[in-house]
Amino acid sequence: MSDDEIQNDGYDQALEAIENGNPYALECPEGHQSMPPRRVCPECGASDLEEVEIPLSGELLSYNVTYVPTPDFKDDVPFVLGIAQFDNVRLTGRVKADAEDVEVGSAVEVGLGESETTERPLVTFDLA
Amino acid sequence: MASAHIAGVGMTEFGEFPERTGRDLFGEAGDTAIDDAGIDREEIDALYVGNFMGELSENQGHMGPLMAKAVGIDAPATRVESACASGGMAVRQAVKDVRNGEADVVLVGGVERMHNMGTTGATGGLSVAADDLWEIRQGITFPGAYALMAQRYFAVHGGDREDLAHVAVKNHANAANNPLAQYQTEISVEKVLDAPPVALPMGLFDSSPITDGAAATVLVSEEYAEEHGLETPVAITGTGQGTDNLALAERDSMVWTPATEDAGQEAYEDAGISKDDVDFLEVHDCFTIAEVLALEGLGFYDEGEAITAAREGETTADGDLPVNLSGGLKAKGHPVGATGVAQVTEITKLFRGDHVNSDAVEDASVALTHNAGGTVASAVVHVLEVAE
Ligand SMILES: [Zn+2]
Repeated sequence: MSDDEIQNDGYDQALEAIENGNPYALECPEGHQSMPPRRVCPECGASDLEEVEIPLSGELLSYNVTYVPTPDFKDDVPFVLGIAQFDNVRLTGRVKADAEDVEVGSAVEVGLGESETTERPLVTFDLA
Repeated sequence: MASAHIAGVGMTEFGEFPERTGRDLFGEAGDTAIDDAGIDREEIDALYVGNFMGELSENQGHMGPLMAKAVGIDAPATRVESACASGGMAVRQAVKDVRNGEADVVLVGGVERMHNMGTTGATGGLSVAADDLWEIRQGITFPGAYALMAQRYFAVHGGDREDLAHVAVKNHANAANNPLAQYQTEISVEKVLDAPPVALPMGLFDSSPITDGAAATVLVSEEYAEEHGLETPVAITGTGQGTDNLALAERDSMVWTPATEDAGQEAYEDAGISKDDVDFLEVHDCFTIAEVLALEGLGFYDEGEAITAAREGETTADGDLPVNLSGGLKAKGHPVGATGVAQVTEITKLFRGDHVNSDAVEDASVALTHNAGGTVASAVVHVLEVAE
């Protein structure tokens, strides 16, 4: 990703890392993890943040089946949206499965997809 | 600490009025409150206006001066924005001004125009209360976010959609005779369960509606009320506010709302009460699950226990702890920036005896408002008491 393609510095690089199969979070000396962009740790305010790998595999903590979307997803509905845990960090993303195959606790793998409406990138979860 | 006395209240009919401008809605609510207070409008020292998405719905920012002139005053005027808690946060600023002696008379109101955006437009407008990068760009909506909280609650604590349906049935029953409510109709559990899906497990009748409306109240100091012989039967005696991570995924728990807990504890302490003193309350039931989480966060139920409260009749109008006697956001309607102020105006009328449901709280002396923003990244609680 070249500098002139960056629209949201920190976020765009984090998505690219997910796409490349080596996702990362930011970690402070206390071990708190969060997603970029961050100047300081949101939990303790520490400013020395390091990029640390997070696993590709996670656990689905919850999901919904969205029928009424925002305008940016009007051609995507219905879709399954979930929150999954990857070690010490959680992500919100599109679950690429039919609702009847999904349950709380499902094992998922994080990846990158796009909105069918805007073709803008988004976080995806494949059932493992 | 000194309390802020409620001299007057006003509220527009809540409903579907896509042609009504924000200034018209606010003008009606504000003028009604000033009339109800019986004060001269030149006496108003400050105006606070709660509004969330005027920029998106009617291309209108900078609402302080606009709304001041909508009610014919030129007092210092400020807009307060905290998503769906904008109204409650505006009330909090007004209470602080009156208590610290900065002002003797404050007009505080809230307003939201939503129907002119359409359903998808309003869904998009409301979504900006979430985190743009890690939530909105992933397709989150507010029904969707609360659906994630409900699904997690079912998995961790048990309960089901039918338990939640009883919350909607209760709040519709409370609104059935409220002339200002958007839905003055009773509904059945079956109707809630069979309604079209919005973001499952949240269906159409688990969700508060899109609403146009405004509410306002005049707050005065106790000294001012005495000097001017104003009737102020109700006072705001405590205020509290809590803040949490904006994104739901950044919270330690998806089914516990620390912002509500913090706001409640601060407000109880401020008023010198405990939750056991509370006779009835208005909570932020933007979705059925939200009422459950509010009752737990405020300490009325242990974590995982409030989901059966409505079903068991504990929070109905004739229950031990009536919740959302106005009809709540669910049935009274939810013009987001006005909601926190409307909770205050409705409780004031319930205490004064001029609310259709006043009979349910005849002997009551302490009530609460709980107003939340986003997935409860913001919460504000006020204690209202019958003035001595
Ligand atoms: Zn830290």
